[in-house]
Amino acid sequence: MSVADVVAGALILTGVALSVTAGLGLHRFPDVFARMHAATKPATLGLVLVLAGAALRMEQRGDVAKLLLVVALQFLTAPVGAHMVGRAAYRSGTELSAATSCDELARDDAAGLHGREEASRENG
Amino acid sequence: MTVVTTVALAGVVVAGLLCLLRLVRGPSLADRIVALDALLIVIVSGIAVDAARTGKGTYLEVLVVAALLGFVGTVNVARFIERRGA
Repeated sequence: MSVADVVAGALILTGVALSVTAGLGLHRFPDVFARMHAATKPATLGLVLVLAGAALRMEQRGDVAKLLLVVALQFLTAPVGAHMVGRAAYRSGTELSAATSCDELARDDAAGLHGREEASRENG
Repeated sequence: MTVVTTVALAGVVVAGLLCLLRLVRGPSLADRIVALDALLIVIVSGIAVDAARTGKGTYLEVLVVAALLGFVGTVNVARFIERRGA
């Protein structure tokens, strides 16, 4: 068992541990936004750790390139996807958890700072 | 390495089951997308762990396709929710 194998094992186990905590968070947290907070952690860091661990174990160099491609795609798409889901959830009136202490977006909407007409135009 | 990958695969299974539980229970459509997105990440991690176990890159193309399709699916359902409401 070489040094690379030990490092790969540690990286993989850390990444998988992040995935498990995300699953726990999805299960335990009270509303959509708290669950997104838990679920988006392994989407970048956890996946990068697991893929880095796998890259250390690959026999061919082309396989490492494929893993790098997955990491690059994930880093580009994960924030966009999470942003769109969060915006859609808020605008469709998903209820917030009872423990929410401050909803600044609702306050600014009430003060007319965000322009509801723009939102309704987009919704067509 | 076999022990490490076995433990890792067990963790992947636990994480996938927890995501699946949230996917079934909802309650809103946004919860289900978040859970499905997380489940896809867990599946990609599982395939990567299996690749690390064997050292062969046979299934790595699947990872690229799954990552892209997951993004397209998430964006489409998010747009759908925004038009229709949860």
